[in-house]
Amino acid sequence: MTVPVPLLELKDVHKAYAGVEVLHGVDLTADRGEVIGVVGANGAGKSTLIKILAGAEPMSSGQLRVDGEPVTLANPHDAHQRGIRTVYQELTLAPQLTVTENLLLGRFPRRHGLIDWRAAHEQAGTLLGEIGFGAINPRKIAGRLSVARQQMVEIAKALVVEPRVLVLDEPSAVLAGSDLDALFALVRRLQDRGVLVVYISHRLVEVLDLATQIVVMKDGVIIATTTPANTDEDELIRLMAGRRLEQIYPDRRPGTEKPALSVESLTRKGEFADIDLTVHKGEIVGLFGLVGSGRTELAHCLFGATRPDSGGIAVDGTPRAFKTPQDAIAAGLALVTEDRKGSGIVPGLTVRENIALTTLHATTRAGLVDTTAQRRDVETMIERLDIRPAHCATMPVVRLSGGNQQKAVLAKWLLKQPRVLILDEPTRGVDMATRVSIYRMIDDLARAGVAVLLISSDLTEVLGATDRVLVMREGRIAGGLRSEGATEDQVLAYSIGRAA
Amino acid sequence: MTLTKEAPREIAGRPVTLAHAAIALVVLALAVAAVTTDAFLTQTNLTNLLKQMVTTGLLAYGMLVVILTGGIDLSVGSVVAFAGILTAGLSSGLPLPVAMLVGIASGVLFGLVNGALVSRFELAPFVVTLAALTTIRGLAFVYSDVPIAPEDESFFWLGSAMLGPIPLTTVIMLAVFLAGGVFLSRTPAGRSIVAIGGNAETVRLAGISVRKHVLLAYTISGFCAGLAGVILASRVGIAQPSVGVAFELDAIAACVIGGASLAGGKGSTLATLGGVLVLVLINNLLNLYNVQSFWQQVLKGLIIIAVILVHRASRRRT
Repeated sequence: MTVPVPLLELKDVHKAYAGVEVLHGVDLTADRGEVIGVVGANGAGKSTLIKILAGAEPMSSGQLRVDGEPVTLANPHDAHQRGIRTVYQELTLAPQLTVTENLLLGRFPRRHGLIDWRAAHEQAGTLLGEIGFGAINPRKIAGRLSVARQQMVEIAKALVVEPRVLVLDEPSAVLAGSDLDALFALVRRLQDRGVLVVYISHRLVEVLDLATQIVVMKDGVIIATTTPANTDEDELIRLMAGRRLEQIYPDRRPGTEKPALSVESLTRKGEFADIDLTVHKGEIVGLFGLVGSGRTELAHCLFGATRPDSGGIAVDGTPRAFKTPQDAIAAGLALVTEDRKGSGIVPGLTVRENIALTTLHATTRAGLVDTTAQRRDVETMIERLDIRPAHCATMPVVRLSGGNQQKAVLAKWLLKQPRVLILDEPTRGVDMATRVSIYRMIDDLARAGVAVLLISSDLTEVLGATDRVLVMREGRIAGGLRSEGATEDQVLAYSIGRAA
Repeated sequence: MTLTKEAPREIAGRPVTLAHAAIALVVLALAVAAVTTDAFLTQTNLTNLLKQMVTTGLLAYGMLVVILTGGIDLSVGSVVAFAGILTAGLSSGLPLPVAMLVGIASGVLFGLVNGALVSRFELAPFVVTLAALTTIRGLAFVYSDVPIAPEDESFFWLGSAMLGPIPLTTVIMLAVFLAGGVFLSRTPAGRSIVAIGGNAETVRLAGISVRKHVLLAYTISGFCAGLAGVILASRVGIAQPSVGVAFELDAIAACVIGGASLAGGKGSTLATLGGVLVLVLINNLLNLYNVQSFWQQVLKGLIIIAVILVHRASRRRT
């Protein structure tokens, strides 16, 4: 009799980039039908580990075994050959093509040498149905789907040929409601069929719920391996952060009665209608809504990135009609968008230049950018927001981890000293420790008199970090409640139209 | 003086390698040429060389600004012809400086139109400037389908004046690069142009007008092409409606040799000047070695590919 060999084995895996080691010897053993939950703070090495499993980056030293056999994954194709599929956080779909084309690219059914479109759509539809994503129409253009649905198509793409190992990097970050349920059901079904799922998430509750084994990473090593039965959220947070976080959300002190941002029956056809809302000075108002409820569109309109069809916006009591984001910024508004890669950072530039972007025209001397002042301002922000590494000002912004990139985006707006700060999903894909510091910072700003509109699809956050919550559904405000004492069920009920 | 996209002393890695690859090649070519032929280091040849690089140099700087936004300007060769022939034509009736300013202004105007079509109507830069290439070439022939050779001696002055050992036009070109380098690396508008090529949406939401800066980029390219056209006509002493065909390709090549990314957001002023030197030296040396002009084209193409491969390799390493 031979000893059964595990499906996947990592032994003493090291990885260095340009001489700097970021993984210091990772060991991991996982078998068929397991769900490995991987948690860890920004820069803990999760993304690097994923890239190595995906064949996107070679390891510097160490060993990877599949079925006990040492393998080298030189590129993603090698990983696919071994049955390892990876779904990244970033969307990689071809936005102009249909869902079917995205799913079946390279393996279209043919008839007489030509693509048999009817069979292709049928095949794609069957696949989506089988994995519980039947709500997605395969004939639709991928780019026209909501971000949530695009993420689901990404997952479906990895399942066209059933993998043996499925790596999911923050799959739930953009999902909510029934989409989220569909994802969980899928993970469980795959598990039953003997697929090994590696599930990376910042949402600890999810990991505790789904995983058979939890791996905690910190500073490039696995510092703990445990099971949901033997741990809880508090312990995981403590392990990840290296210190006990007594409280994730700061105690709120109510804001003032002075309206900073007032919106009256704002309407933009096809996006949202009859929006009334007020955010007072020093107040944090949460705006909850499922993906597609119109919250992001509303944020863009408030910021002058799009123009409303009717209705009005007033800042500090003065009616304003923003034609461009410049107008909104001039009136004291700032917007941190939900799409960090698409509209938050400029990838080619350094951290400093990214942070200085909003104040480029303000810090000049004799027509030239005053680099001394710029450097000083940016250094102050890096220190204040604790962006890591501390000497990152001259590094390309893309070298930072996701959470630190987000802090850089925040820094860009804080330099502008806004009176109204709109945050659209500011903690998406951001680890717990960074979240905590972001919540602290928002609280500090509110205490200093800034009005904050916090858009989020995270129920805990939208209740925990705010004074009041407004719920959007199908482009309208479906309800509002005070955060204190409100329950997640109440908020959810408004968002799906079941409130009493 | 730092003329690169990001100040080299701040990022030891990338921008320095960009510039260095191009410049190393120039130095190598210079060394080979100087050692192996007597003809290279003569006063006449060097002066010629300095004059020859002016047109490509001016066009390349304008092209770089446009490429940084993620665009392209294919119309510059036609603008060279139009600005030259307009200046020559007007010089018979107007004072020469006025004629020259009008010639340059015509380039600015074409740049404005290109920029407006790209930024205002969101048309693809390739298509807009391709249309401009043929339209402006046509306009040059409409203005005069025969070459115009002004008889007034002063017409040649700009193209032949020397400042000590250096042609005046070379000094003008270097001044454009110096001012242009400062513009791109130190002014808010220049930094905005670089950022737009990196991510236009981020820049727009940061409260910076993308349209205005894209318009500015094409206008700068038009200005450079107009200036190049006036200088070329003065140097040759005759303005031809057919001059400047495929000049845009040399300008693009110079930017690319200098490490600029055609996707935008990445490129350096100093390295582009290096790219110009590389191109001009290739032509000059191959002429001195009496290499047939068809083979010159082949070699130029191969060298461009080689330089880009060097860039790629140096980027991989970092």
